[in-house]
Amino acid sequence: MEQQAPVLEVRRVTKRFPGVLALDDISFELRPGEVHALVGENGAGKSTLIKVITGVYRPDEGQILFQGEEVSFSEPRESQEAGISTIYQEVNLIPLLSVAQNVFLGREPRGRLGLIDRDRMNREADEILKRYGIRADVTAPLRSLGLGVQQMVAIARAISVDARAVIMDEPTSSLEAREVETLFGVIRQLRQEGVGVIYVSHRLDELYEICDRVTVLRDGRVAHTGELAELSRLQLIAHMLGRELADVQKEGATGFGEEHETAEEPVLQAQGLTQHPRLREVSLTVHPGEVVGLAGLLGAGRSETAKAIFGAEPVDSGSLKVGGEEVKMGSPAAAIKAGIAFLPEDRKSEGIIPDLSVKENIVAAALPRLARAGLVSEKAQDELVEEFMQSLGIKASSPDQPVRELSGGNQQKVLLARWLCMNPKVLILDEPTRGIDVGAKAEIQKLVDDLAVKGLGVILISSELDEMTEGSDRVVALRDGAVVGLLSEDEITEGNLMELLAHGEDSGNGAKENGRDADG
Amino acid sequence: MATRTADPHTTGGKFTWRERLFTTLQKRGAIAVLILVVAVSALAFDNFLTAQNLQNIVLQGAFLGLIVVGMTFVIISGGIDLSVGSLLALGGVLAALTVPVFWPLALILPPLFCGLIGFGNGLLIAKAKMAPFIVTLAGLLGIRGLALAFAGERPIGIDGGSPFAWFGQGQIFGVAVPIIVVLVAFAVGGLVLARTSYGRVIFAIGGNEESARLMGLPVDRTKIIAYTTSGALAGLAGALLAARLSAGDPNGGLAWELDAISAVVVGGTLLTGGAGSISGSLAGVLLLSILQNLINQVGTLGSYAQQLVSGFFLIVVVVAQAYLTRRQRV
Amino acid sequence: MARGAAADKSFDVSTATSWVRGRGVYVAFVVLVIFNLIVTPNFASVVTLSTLLITVSPIILVSLGVALAIGTEGIDLSVGSVMALASAFLPLYLGYGWPVAVLVVLLVGALAGLVNGSLVAFVGVQPIIATLALLVGGRGLAQIFAGGQSLPITDPTVLWLGQGRLFGIPAPVILAAAAVLVVGFLVNRTTFGRYVVAVGGNRSASFLSGHPVRRTLLAVYVISALLAALAGIVATARLGASDPSNIGLLIELSAITAVVVGGTPLSGGRVKIMGTVMGALLIQLITNTFIANDLPFTWAQVLTAAIILVAVYLQKGRGTA
Repeated sequence: MEQQAPVLEVRRVTKRFPGVLALDDISFELRPGEVHALVGENGAGKSTLIKVITGVYRPDEGQILFQGEEVSFSEPRESQEAGISTIYQEVNLIPLLSVAQNVFLGREPRGRLGLIDRDRMNREADEILKRYGIRADVTAPLRSLGLGVQQMVAIARAISVDARAVIMDEPTSSLEAREVETLFGVIRQLRQEGVGVIYVSHRLDELYEICDRVTVLRDGRVAHTGELAELSRLQLIAHMLGRELADVQKEGATGFGEEHETAEEPVLQAQGLTQHPRLREVSLTVHPGEVVGLAGLLGAGRSETAKAIFGAEPVDSGSLKVGGEEVKMGSPAAAIKAGIAFLPEDRKSEGIIPDLSVKENIVAAALPRLARAGLVSEKAQDELVEEFMQSLGIKASSPDQPVRELSGGNQQKVLLARWLCMNPKVLILDEPTRGIDVGAKAEIQKLVDDLAVKGLGVILISSELDEMTEGSDRVVALRDGAVVGLLSEDEITEGNLMELLAHGEDSGNGAKENGRDADG
Repeated sequence: MATRTADPHTTGGKFTWRERLFTTLQKRGAIAVLILVVAVSALAFDNFLTAQNLQNIVLQGAFLGLIVVGMTFVIISGGIDLSVGSLLALGGVLAALTVPVFWPLALILPPLFCGLIGFGNGLLIAKAKMAPFIVTLAGLLGIRGLALAFAGERPIGIDGGSPFAWFGQGQIFGVAVPIIVVLVAFAVGGLVLARTSYGRVIFAIGGNEESARLMGLPVDRTKIIAYTTSGALAGLAGALLAARLSAGDPNGGLAWELDAISAVVVGGTLLTGGAGSISGSLAGVLLLSILQNLINQVGTLGSYAQQLVSGFFLIVVVVAQAYLTRRQRV
Repeated sequence: MARGAAADKSFDVSTATSWVRGRGVYVAFVVLVIFNLIVTPNFASVVTLSTLLITVSPIILVSLGVALAIGTEGIDLSVGSVMALASAFLPLYLGYGWPVAVLVVLLVGALAGLVNGSLVAFVGVQPIIATLALLVGGRGLAQIFAGGQSLPITDPTVLWLGQGRLFGIPAPVILAAAAVLVVGFLVNRTTFGRYVVAVGGNRSASFLSGHPVRRTLLAVYVISALLAALAGIVATARLGASDPSNIGLLIELSAITAVVVGGTPLSGGRVKIMGTVMGALLIQLITNTFIANDLPFTWAQVLTAAIILVAVYLQKGRGTA
């Protein structure tokens, strides 16, 4: 593509949140008529960058130029009026309004007396949808349509405003393959019309099919920017995960130790977990004393698998056994009773109960066991809390301090204590070291190691490659909600793992995976 | 983080016949029940279908009707306004106080002053992000206090000879003035809600405020206007009621906020916001008013029978709505 | 994004406001008492005190239930109507002796609570809406059962509940105090109390910790209705007659005010029992102060409204980490 003046330019933008540097000196360029991939793992800064561009946030430093002029949007409305349209991953439309009303919301065609001209609105909405090959009854309420079509309506709304730049934040996460094709048709048409498209996705196939250039973010910085075609998949993943291909073999950076002895009988067997459309026939087994890593890029179905096992999300099909006993699916209480513990990824919204004290948070799951006839035994509770605060090194002014006042690392230890005091058989850890400082991180890694030595079965989810490779005895790799490969013992290297994430094939056969799993 | 947020639309299911039935019931149920009640009443009571009785029914509902128009806007936007009953009392008191000074002012001051209070409610809700429920609950208490204080805790009489009384008691072509005012309010309200961008934004905010914001819609301004309108209409209703009764009663409009909410919800507007109609609210008001009329005709029942029936309607409607919203959100 | 962002909020500001939030109601109460000691004639007398406490007792009873509901991030608007139902039912079964009558009234209350609780916990109706239906319809139902009239209460035991004294302490005050102790115990010492604040503080986390979320919600609304029924009995006994059209009218507003002013956040996750009691005392004392000093009592309402707004505005500063 020939060099043209960029339609959108981000110059040395920095954005801080309390305690976090979300964007660190980011520069980024979107040319007219190009589809620019924006990729990065969780917390890399993609969402923040988009929000800075669209005016949800204001940058602390740096400039944003749109069509050559510096702009400073204070709310999304202003960026939209200027000609930047955004399609969010979740359909951000109004489900109870009709398709046409959604397309024209806030800029309806007027007729006599300044009233909305409904006929014209429906007609024009129909034309817009047809132009992009989208079939839908424009008078039907949006929620009566399939999710894919809803997403297409959101796209129609976004591009019908004569936008010069369109931002698509994981637009395909809810689309079927056929709908993805329609979307790509729309994107190609936009490209021809000279519109710049920022395309956020974690699906490598799609990126290589539709994108011209790529910018990789990592930890709030630009890790790489350039032509996508010049980059192999492996190189792309290496950029996303912050690894040089040359030194993927280095070892010993984490608090994890050596492999563990594992028993013969599996402590946990999950079979054919399916949750449309996020999980397809995911099966895995965990032996006592074994750390099983659940690997995958963002959106591959790692957390969904964890939640399905714990019963936090309903599944369409699949079964679960702990210690050979069948466990009822879809009920955390049943899972807890069977001996499963789950440390959720989102500490704030699913883990801590912020206004309650450290003590109350630690005993939250153990309450029924600490109580007699519904009365909480203060003594038993205090003993337990003291034991775990000490053994995990939880730093709080007192057990009665509200947990929201603790640092991230200490909050995480409180949650670990909540589960460890249950003496679980299986511990599921979803991103246990995210967002906590280096010291606490190593402590937690060491702790996980010790637990496995003591015979606990652990399922570990982590976006950090070293944590994954050094912490796991076995790795199950997921992509697009299905198991795409397994690594065990010496096979677990960062290189092999990245290879698997980049090229692993979805066998699509639950029984077969299961067999392989057992062999592993 | 993006993928972590639960997607509320995963089922993306089809529009099933059950859902269709519920939607239709929700939208048209009030009108259907209204027609049924009118038909049964006409058969059961000889003097039900007389012009005089019908006029009485509508007149009875007219003052509540004005409040209901504003309440419909507020509820569709996902909020609630508990202060309207007290604002009605304040409007009546202000009207009674200003008639002796300069009577046209009695028509202007109450909606203006009450609109200003509504604006204050809107500011606290939209800008300070306080819960509509609690803000207008404080309004309910405080404004009633103001009305009582202004009036010296007694009803204030209005000279029946004043031209102002005509706005409550007069007729145009045989139709009482308050009826004409409320019909105009319903017509304008209906047009604004269904046929203007402002009305669409109200629906959008009630449907999903976060989405509305991301779609670049003027969320705060729209909410503030809704509460201002609600306040102004309550003030106007108070003034007209005072003109009708020849007195401004600081104890008037007690618990009218509940009647207004009931009328709106029975009329098919989702209490969670995002769906509803002015025509449904009109049907809701008429339904409540007819019930009251029937109870008066039977004579042996107290006003409590009406409360009971409204409560029953509310439960039925609310459970149906819960079913509907659950279908959307699962 | 926003890794561990909440951890380092500016501590001094949040602790200062949280101090005010936690104790503001006590400070306001003390200030008002001092004001009254100086200004109000005969304020420091047993009569004044016992009048205040008797009047505030029913409010305290219903406030406790409302505090539990608000603690779960809900609300109970139906308490006044449940009081009316209690008042209507009380004289109907006195013929069978006072224990039967009281039991029937409590059963009616429990039933009302079950309706509210089921709508909230199982049907998934927003609490404000679920309890609104009973607020609107409950009083009408009460009047129908009462036949639209006020019946006198003659049973001495029941009358004692409203008018009697034990060691010189008015019976309503004893009942309210007992309820405060029981609910306080429930909240602070039992697993149920933990579930209440956990459900209100972070429902997902509570669910993921294996807590019985729905059962907790159901129980909260049943307890709230039971307390309201008890308040209805006390109010009826004090009056010496049933009065379903007036008993408990608008008491939900006083109760919500007491709870909110007492420092229980509307967003749930905490239940302040003593704060609620102080909140109820404060708003009652405001009213009494205005009346005792021949001030236009209506301004007391305006002042209360202002206090609600300030209390809620202060709550907004709390960390939602």
